[in-house]
Amino acid sequence: MVELALTGRPASPGLAAGRVHRLAAAGGGRVPSGDPVVEADDLRSAIRHALVAVETMMSEVGGEASDMLGFQAALLSDDELTRPAFAAITSGAAADEAWQAALAVEIAGYLASEDEYFRARAADLEDLRDRVLDALNGGNVQPTPPGSVLVARDMPPSRFLAVDWSAGGAILLVGGSASSHVAMLARSRGVPMVVGLGFDLDAAGSEALVDGDTGRVVFDPVPASTSAFDSRRAAAEQERATLAATLDRPAVTRDGTSIAVHLNIADPAELKSLDPAHCDGIGLVRTEFLFHGRSGLPGEEAQFGVYRVMAEWAGGRPVTIRTLDAGGDKPIPGLTLDGETNSFLGLRGLRLSLRHPDVFRVQIRALLRASAYGAVKIMLPMVTTPAELEQARGLIQQEHLALKAVGQMHGRPPLGIMVEVPAAAVAIDLFDADFFSIGSNDLTQYVTAAGRDSESVADLADPLHPAVLRLIAGVARFGREAGREVSLCGDAAGDPAVIGHLLRTGLRSVSVAPAALGRTKAAIAAVDLRAPA
Amino acid sequence: MSNEPVMAAALLTNAVGLHARPSVKLTQLAKSFSSNIDIALDAAGPWIDAKSPVKVMRVKAASGVTLHVRADGPDAAAAVSAVVALIERRFDEHEADATGAPHG
Repeated sequence: MVELALTGRPASPGLAAGRVHRLAAAGGGRVPSGDPVVEADDLRSAIRHALVAVETMMSEVGGEASDMLGFQAALLSDDELTRPAFAAITSGAAADEAWQAALAVEIAGYLASEDEYFRARAADLEDLRDRVLDALNGGNVQPTPPGSVLVARDMPPSRFLAVDWSAGGAILLVGGSASSHVAMLARSRGVPMVVGLGFDLDAAGSEALVDGDTGRVVFDPVPASTSAFDSRRAAAEQERATLAATLDRPAVTRDGTSIAVHLNIADPAELKSLDPAHCDGIGLVRTEFLFHGRSGLPGEEAQFGVYRVMAEWAGGRPVTIRTLDAGGDKPIPGLTLDGETNSFLGLRGLRLSLRHPDVFRVQIRALLRASAYGAVKIMLPMVTTPAELEQARGLIQQEHLALKAVGQMHGRPPLGIMVEVPAAAVAIDLFDADFFSIGSNDLTQYVTAAGRDSESVADLADPLHPAVLRLIAGVARFGREAGREVSLCGDAAGDPAVIGHLLRTGLRSVSVAPAALGRTKAAIAAVDLRAPA
Repeated sequence: MSNEPVMAAALLTNAVGLHARPSVKLTQLAKSFSSNIDIALDAAGPWIDAKSPVKVMRVKAASGVTLHVRADGPDAAAAVSAVVALIERRFDEHEADATGAPHG
């Protein structure tokens, strides 16, 4: 056997090694009777059989898996789904052919959707199709040995649920999607999964090493690959155990200094798998995700709904929501300018919002209303002059009065600014904001004049450059003296090699990506602020 | 039915629109009434049977659209107000994401 290394898209993190088990496609083996009455009876009974199987499984599993099966049961009980198949049988088709054809039409409808979520639901219909075909064929599905690396073109949720994952294992799909129900189940069960490998199923070999973090897969590894993988896996296990132990403890340095650790959220879906008790709140909500929908700019109600859910999720902890930070590397059709020669120095962040007060006011109203449901804070990005802050404050005041006039319930959230433009960092005392949040990514690129998107100068864009650290120290000092909160959000806060230097500037609050939360808390615990740097 | 159908509209504000779990809740609620209940993206139709999950999913209603509700039958008024209330309660989805599937 020759070692074969492939890279696909990671769909569920983790490392696993095991024997390859190929999932056979459903279907085959049934001999049609040629009698429409018998065929219709067989299909009816197979559908009933599949429905009972789904409902039995629903009562055995809980939570998300049960909801997903509930969706399948609802579709299977709907005559709208089955009618075309019975019609085809009446005109002479065999039960399995008729069922396959009817489901193919429905599945094609989902696959044609522009929305990735709807496309991913095609796998649920394929699951239903295969359950009924299995029942028609007498239910001859070969069991999967525990600990296997399952290899298939795509995989229905029912197959996932039928496998005993307690002994480990992984999933490799030739096609598939990271948005599928199977990927969701794999993430919640901690089963590594890689999709979009795009290889010939027969090339899969008999043993596989799976890296669900990077998407790398090695079939029939040579001994050197296996031993390297094993030692990585042992190190990862150890790290995971350490991180799990730190996650639910407050972040404290070795010398006993408490550090507030918040989360950066780019998509509300991330909150679902997170425990608010593991953090001190949300330090940064990027609202750009709301503006990338198919239906254009989001309305007040849609925004309010999302902000409110986040405020309620945090249960009284602060939720710092940044107003639209479009432009730069985040264009939004119809809003940001095309063809700016240097978009990072152009119309972005608050500059753009002030240019489009109609769009900005909608977001302000949604934020004011959501702040009645939790500790919402409003944060303005890319502030350069105190006048911009005051202009935004004026708009917020107007919208407050407008909401009050119509008796709409709302709050008066604190108003803070991102400190990422060097002009603001240097002259921080001129800004009358309730709080400051240092955006380390942009501050570093602007101070070092080294673009975030340019590989060739990446080593210059160093958050540990003394100039960057001095600016951070200056903002932290001003915050302490003036009694204003200062935090830092950006990749630097989640970097164990950097966090100690940040805390030595006087900073006591950071915000990091959810995936970096455990790592950051562990790195903070290793810092001793009494020791010299 | 000699009575006029009862009609109303509500804005779909849950984060992900009329996807799997909200669709199931909508159809289950609709089936608890004896009236014919339809939904549509436009007040002029086409109207979709709110009791069929297969048909409701075909609408692919995204967050931010207005959903029109129409009912015809003995409990039409109660049916319309219950469906509108469900939409306005964002289908009782308390999680940040009504589907659990990432969408970004």
